[in-house]
Amino acid sequence: MPILRFAIFRFATMLMTLVVVSALVFFIMNLPPGDYLSNLIAELRATGQESGVAKVEFLRKEYSLDQPLWRQYLIWVGFYPGPHGFSGILQGDFGWSFEFDKPVSEIVGTALWMTVLVNVAAILFVYMVALPLGVLAAAKSKTWVDYTSAFVGYLGLATPNFLLALILFYYGHRYFNLPIGGLMAPEFEGEPMSAAKVKSVLIHLIIPTFVIGTSGAAAMMQRLRANLLDELSKPYVDTARAKGVGPVKAILKYPLRVAFNPFVADIGNLLPSLISGSVLVSVVLGLQTIGPALLTALKTQDQFLAGFILLFVAGLTLIGTMVSDVLLMLLDPRIKYGGRDR
Amino acid sequence: MNSHEKPLLQVRDLAIGFGSADPIIRNINFDVQRGETVALVGESGSGKTQTCRAVLRILPKAARIHSGSAYLNSDSGGIDLLAMSEKELREIRGDRISMIFQEPMHSLSPLHKIGDQVSEVLILHRDHNKRSAKEIVLQKFERVGFPDPERVFRSYPFELSGGMRQRAMIAMAMVAKPDLLIADEPTTALDVTTQAQVLGLIKDLQRETGMAVILVTHDLGVVANCADKVVVMRDGKIMESGRVSNVLDDPGHAYTRKLIAAAPNIPHEAEPTSARVIEDPILQLENISKSFDLRGGGFMRKGGIIKAVEGVNLTVARGKTFAIVGESGSGKSTVAQIALGARSPDAGGVIKYWPDSGDSAVEVQKLSGDAKRSFQRQAQMVFQDPFSSLSPRMQVIDILTEPLEIHEIGTRSERKDRAIELLEQVDLDPTMLRRFPHAFSGGQRQRLSIARALALKPNLLVCDEPTSALDLSVQMQVLDLLEEIRDNLGLSYLFISHDLAVVARIADEVAVMRRGQIIEQAAPDVLFTAPKHPYTKALIAACLEPDTTQKIDLEAVALGAGNPKTWPEQFRFNGLTAPDLVETEPGHFVRVEL
Repeated sequence: MPILRFAIFRFATMLMTLVVVSALVFFIMNLPPGDYLSNLIAELRATGQESGVAKVEFLRKEYSLDQPLWRQYLIWVGFYPGPHGFSGILQGDFGWSFEFDKPVSEIVGTALWMTVLVNVAAILFVYMVALPLGVLAAAKSKTWVDYTSAFVGYLGLATPNFLLALILFYYGHRYFNLPIGGLMAPEFEGEPMSAAKVKSVLIHLIIPTFVIGTSGAAAMMQRLRANLLDELSKPYVDTARAKGVGPVKAILKYPLRVAFNPFVADIGNLLPSLISGSVLVSVVLGLQTIGPALLTALKTQDQFLAGFILLFVAGLTLIGTMVSDVLLMLLDPRIKYGGRDR
Repeated sequence: MNSHEKPLLQVRDLAIGFGSADPIIRNINFDVQRGETVALVGESGSGKTQTCRAVLRILPKAARIHSGSAYLNSDSGGIDLLAMSEKELREIRGDRISMIFQEPMHSLSPLHKIGDQVSEVLILHRDHNKRSAKEIVLQKFERVGFPDPERVFRSYPFELSGGMRQRAMIAMAMVAKPDLLIADEPTTALDVTTQAQVLGLIKDLQRETGMAVILVTHDLGVVANCADKVVVMRDGKIMESGRVSNVLDDPGHAYTRKLIAAAPNIPHEAEPTSARVIEDPILQLENISKSFDLRGGGFMRKGGIIKAVEGVNLTVARGKTFAIVGESGSGKSTVAQIALGARSPDAGGVIKYWPDSGDSAVEVQKLSGDAKRSFQRQAQMVFQDPFSSLSPRMQVIDILTEPLEIHEIGTRSERKDRAIELLEQVDLDPTMLRRFPHAFSGGQRQRLSIARALALKPNLLVCDEPTSALDLSVQMQVLDLLEEIRDNLGLSYLFISHDLAVVARIADEVAVMRRGQIIEQAAPDVLFTAPKHPYTKALIAACLEPDTTQKIDLEAVALGAGNPKTWPEQFRFNGLTAPDLVETEPGHFVRVEL
């Protein structure tokens, strides 16, 4: 089973990449002078609250911020024992957020899953919109169908997301009675899952998905159109027609399969751009994703919170790339049997 | 039985144009009888391909059929293919009329199994399901000569060679037993021996099923050997048509005569030769081998080693042309790259280069830095495809002066003067300096790439198939030009080609390569008239000449070339090793056991 061996191999490289990414994230975050606690101490001293300093010094020890940077990193990941033994990300301890004065896991808990939910919904939206429109634009290239879809696509690309969000909120609420802001009605927050809660979340998802997905869908559609147009002029399409294959099948069965490769390969690239793009949107729309938390954490050098979120996004990206690599392998025999090509 | 007196296909007053312009293909009339082969012949741009495609209306998007009819007659009466709806025509395509295209590399979908692509015809037209279609397809595969039909059924196109893919295409076209097969340059992209096999196969199948064939080709040799009738086209019009023997042996139209004259010939009569001792060599390859690592079947698993070139020795004499002929995969292009220093040979190989007669030799594979740059200036390359070897975004002047800029030669105005001089050397109008390549024809582009190769005043030109992308009449002009500049500028050529006729015309010494080894080497007169090695003999026999009196036995040729087991005893391989290359007569080297 070459595919299984490939998947295992890809998974192993993914883990190694993740380790490298975690190191990069950690060290880059520590590049600017100072850290959250030393800033706090300076502030406490300046305002004469010497009593608070002792607590901060305690936190410093507790989270090994008095150690050299490389050891801090190893303790953070969980490769090296901290003051309380091995207790890093590997062991499930994500650290302490100084800004919110809570464990990181408590802050990001549900937000993580909401982020995944919003972005997966956005990706599905991107593919569901881009696939039919891209194929249609290529099949009817240089007709009004093509021009209209290109125009709408560029509009989607060019409109700032937050503006689109505000416009949609206004009209969505006015004509369809869609809710404004949030990812669920306030009464469900903190409640256990129920049918009513799921329904509320789904209704709240409509506008964010649309806002976050539009530009990605527009770009993806144009890419698919261009790829498919290239393929449509290939001789094997003539072969299919000369066989008596109908026009729809002659596009969907043969050239689309080939044009599909970049489409699939983009899954990995799409995730990070969607997530970073959705940070601002989340703030504007008041979505309880990790976006707003990430923004605050980065501003205040809240290193454990920011570090964990960045690592999480990197992990999602790597999973996306791995999924697309494995899918490509399944889709394209030339990749599977690469060595035999001439 | 009235309908049987009518031809199978009657094309009348066909006119095709592009966009809204006037039709460029006009007044096309021809008939195809049941079971006969009609060849459409012409150079590129003659409209032969669009004409044959118009029958099934598989034309480029911009093309439009202005007028005309194409009646397909059967027992139940005739139907006009050009007046049918697209939906009705789909019932005809692949069923009663099928098509084979030129590019076997690209005319099968790369992502679908060959068996499924062929079965599709039966599923579309014959109400077969996958399983029942497979049985018939497997029989067809066996019929077209696949030794292991099951394996081919499961294969993807990239796993097969060009000839094998074209066989699969033929199987696809034949599987529904059509009345008419339209073959658009079916063998142009193939080696001569493979060409013979494919043409032989089409003829056989034709005899079996009684189908008619429209054969589109630029090669009069193919016409002479395969067709019953011929239609000669030029610039969208029919120049002449009739029975092949009449047209080729007694051409009525001046253009046909010109085409026949331009077809290169292999000499049939030997001239007395003597052994040549090369006193003034310019390039010498000694013991050149090149191996490549193969990636194996699975992921990250290393396969074996493939020897692209094995123990090649050759010497290019100053001012002469040394030609290497061989089929695709013979390693001839790899030798060219090694000769230019663009690839390094395996350890033990030596490339000697003498900049001027009397100089001491430099060893190219050891050069580096300035010495290497100096060698690169003196040895230049002319590429095969004039359409992709010139950047479409550069003006002629930039194309010609770029090598000078890279090597920092001359001032701007000196470079411009040189560019004008170069254009004159290759017989192009110097006022064309500011044009882009797309404004030139194929032959003119090849002149441009020759001019570019001459820019640095080289001593040695390596020409890799410089004429194989060109029309016959243009091919002759380019060969003339190459000979002229070789003699005027005192150049030496290493000339790579698969075309024996071209080589016979230009070479002073010819080496035949097969699977990385030189198997025979001699002066062209000797090699083409008194070949010794069975492979060389098969190669020569497989060249189709525009002479209806000398039809060749396509199947015998196909059998003779490929398999060393069918060779006479003294030429055979001993296990995996071929016999050594020995001088059987002065100047004539053959791999043979004496």
